[in-house]
Amino acid sequence: MNTNAIDRLKTLLESSAGYASDTAVSLTVHLGTCGIAAGAGKTLEAVKTYHTSGSVQSIELKSSGCAGLCSYEPMVSVSRNGEQPVMYLNVTEDKVNDLFDCIRGLRTAEECHLQAITHDDPFYFKQQTVVFTNRGLIDPESLDDALASGAYEGLASILDDMDPAEVITEITKSGLRGRGGGGFPAGVKWSSCVSASERTGGIPVIVCNADEGDPGAYMDRSILESDPHSIIEGMAIGAYAIGADEGYIYIRKEYPLAMEILEKAIQQALERNLLGKAILGTDFSFDIVIHRGAGAFVCGDSSALMTSMSGMPGEPRAKYIHTVESGYKGRPTVLNNVETLANVPRIITRGAEWFASIGTGDVSENPWNGSSGTKVFSLVGDIRNAGLVEIPMGITLREIIFDIGGGIPDEKEFKAVQTGGPSGGVLPAEKLDLAVDFDTLTEAGSMMGSGGMIVMDDETCMVQIARYFIDFLQDESCGKCTPCREGLVAIRLILDRIIEGDGKDGDIELLEEYGRIMNESSLCALGQTAANPVLSTIRYFRDEYETHIRDRKCKAGKCKALIEYNIIADNCTGCTLCAKNCPADAIEGILKEPHVIDQEKCIRCGMCREVCNFNAVEVL
Amino acid sequence: MIDLKQVDAIIEKWNTDPDFVIEMMQDVQDEFRYIPKEALERIADRTDKPRGKLFHIATFYNAFSLEPRGIKEIQVCMGTACYVKGAPEILAALERELGIRSGETTPDGKFSLLEVRCLGCCGIAPVITIGNEVIAEVRPSQVSNLISSYCKS
Repeated sequence: MNTNAIDRLKTLLESSAGYASDTAVSLTVHLGTCGIAAGAGKTLEAVKTYHTSGSVQSIELKSSGCAGLCSYEPMVSVSRNGEQPVMYLNVTEDKVNDLFDCIRGLRTAEECHLQAITHDDPFYFKQQTVVFTNRGLIDPESLDDALASGAYEGLASILDDMDPAEVITEITKSGLRGRGGGGFPAGVKWSSCVSASERTGGIPVIVCNADEGDPGAYMDRSILESDPHSIIEGMAIGAYAIGADEGYIYIRKEYPLAMEILEKAIQQALERNLLGKAILGTDFSFDIVIHRGAGAFVCGDSSALMTSMSGMPGEPRAKYIHTVESGYKGRPTVLNNVETLANVPRIITRGAEWFASIGTGDVSENPWNGSSGTKVFSLVGDIRNAGLVEIPMGITLREIIFDIGGGIPDEKEFKAVQTGGPSGGVLPAEKLDLAVDFDTLTEAGSMMGSGGMIVMDDETCMVQIARYFIDFLQDESCGKCTPCREGLVAIRLILDRIIEGDGKDGDIELLEEYGRIMNESSLCALGQTAANPVLSTIRYFRDEYETHIRDRKCKAGKCKALIEYNIIADNCTGCTLCAKNCPADAIEGILKEPHVIDQEKCIRCGMCREVCNFNAVEVL
Repeated sequence: MIDLKQVDAIIEKWNTDPDFVIEMMQDVQDEFRYIPKEALERIADRTDKPRGKLFHIATFYNAFSLEPRGIKEIQVCMGTACYVKGAPEILAALERELGIRSGETTPDGKFSLLEVRCLGCCGIAPVITIGNEVIAEVRPSQVSNLISSYCKS
């Protein structure tokens, strides 16, 4: 054991610039992928131009990652004398002058038509940040910022004071369970890897799964983009605990910004001896190599992912032997998800008891006894405040959707919430008071999964949602085992005919039967859970399937074969906008007279309804 | 014929390590906008991998195309949030506007239209990308103007 890692880290910290500066006012532009898409890059340019023009040069300019409230990007935070920041929403480049007027006290936010919130806003108030402690605060490209916020303190402290077995015990006691979907206790996994290595003599390896494939979930991207050093530190702690000196990050190619930031962070950590040989002067060495995914959902399966890492097609194998015993190139392999690893340094620095005190159940004796800590959800879809929310396990869906998310926009009704990605399910309004944790959601027929939470309003057709996921999985099934490959095609055919208005009596029962067979006989979790979106929509919205089959009607107004668009003559002002926009030339009428849709020509694209300013187009 | 020197440079960037053939193929795809047969064979020969295995990889992963793709790739995100917020209508509008189906390239080679699985921008759904640019909260009625502005540029 060594006793100098902490001292070395302190020396590093003292020689770094740090982020807690003395400037009275600092301004941060949030530059995550979402922010950049909404124009944050242009906002930053405009801010810089204004800044160099004089008069406000005492204001410190910074950039950082996503602040979480994605639907109001671009966002700019302003902090005075180190107090909690005020966040300005929708600050596009044309609003930068207004923003500076506001900061300089020349005009109020209201006068500038700028919406400003603080962490007391309902969106932030109910959140509890563990993984996102540094979100929107540090510059992800600056190791100095990370160090000033306490990065690598956990690593240094275990190198000085804990042996590997103690680290595993600490993680097990914290109750940390895998955030990628499986919910398997991280400490138990690490411990199995050590046993496998002792038994077989294989050299252990740690892999970070950053192939965030669940559609509708993007917390891992945000963590990587806003606090990459938390992942590097989490992996290093894991490697020390299991006795590995090699680590891999398998990241999707669809995340170019995350990859760039991560590569830079690894380089910085190497330069300062936080990675590489003899880390912080101890005898612990650890290197990280990045592998890029190439777009295959099935690579979320541990064995498929590790096959893909060896430059092969990512096909899973049967798990008679777990990857923790024989994984990457036959070696004992720990595979942890990004969010799981981001929790690890926090648990080490603040203690297992602190972590276990957050969330549900008593995990002190057995990590399976509850869900400790927080979970990040991507709260998206038909929701007012769309974004990434980190909540303590155990709060209800209602609190997340209505208190934090602000409910459903456009005066529509809540219909369902989809959780768990393609392996999960939908939950209806009567389940809104369920507490969100690993076990409760599974009992209700869905699952927590990686944390996608897609809210749907009353204009969402549940049969189409089921078909959407089956279509996704049919595409992503690797085709190796028959139940998954053929079962998905069979289910797809039935759903297609129901949506086309050709559903038959007995179709619902047939779907249930196929789902059961796939669950019992597929090779990997993709196939075993593939029917969940169908089964859960049938369980909670059976009447909607029946209406499609018996009455040939789609109540949500989405299935083209079962609906008609109609112009309400009383509302129509004859503005001709719908006729101009109709791609099928199916709308007739003269200026200032009510228009009519020719049902023969209509392709039911809904364009007329979208462009109408008078609510004159209805769906029948 | 393609310039195999470019392919060799890519292979050497990854130290001719067979574990990184997927990365090599991604770089080839970025360079040529598809995976030319000669490039696939070159990677196979130099990394000692069977050509059939690389063909398997090229057809297994969504990122690869064996046909040349357009100068600008238009990706329509089909993640769940985008789907719920109307991505199918946007795809249909793009198909009408470009006169091609999803997965195809326009005859002039300017645009390829692709569906992708979640770009991870769910908070600003529905999104599409044109080239490297991410466009947020797209409406079907904007599609026509979007395409013509890219045609001009």
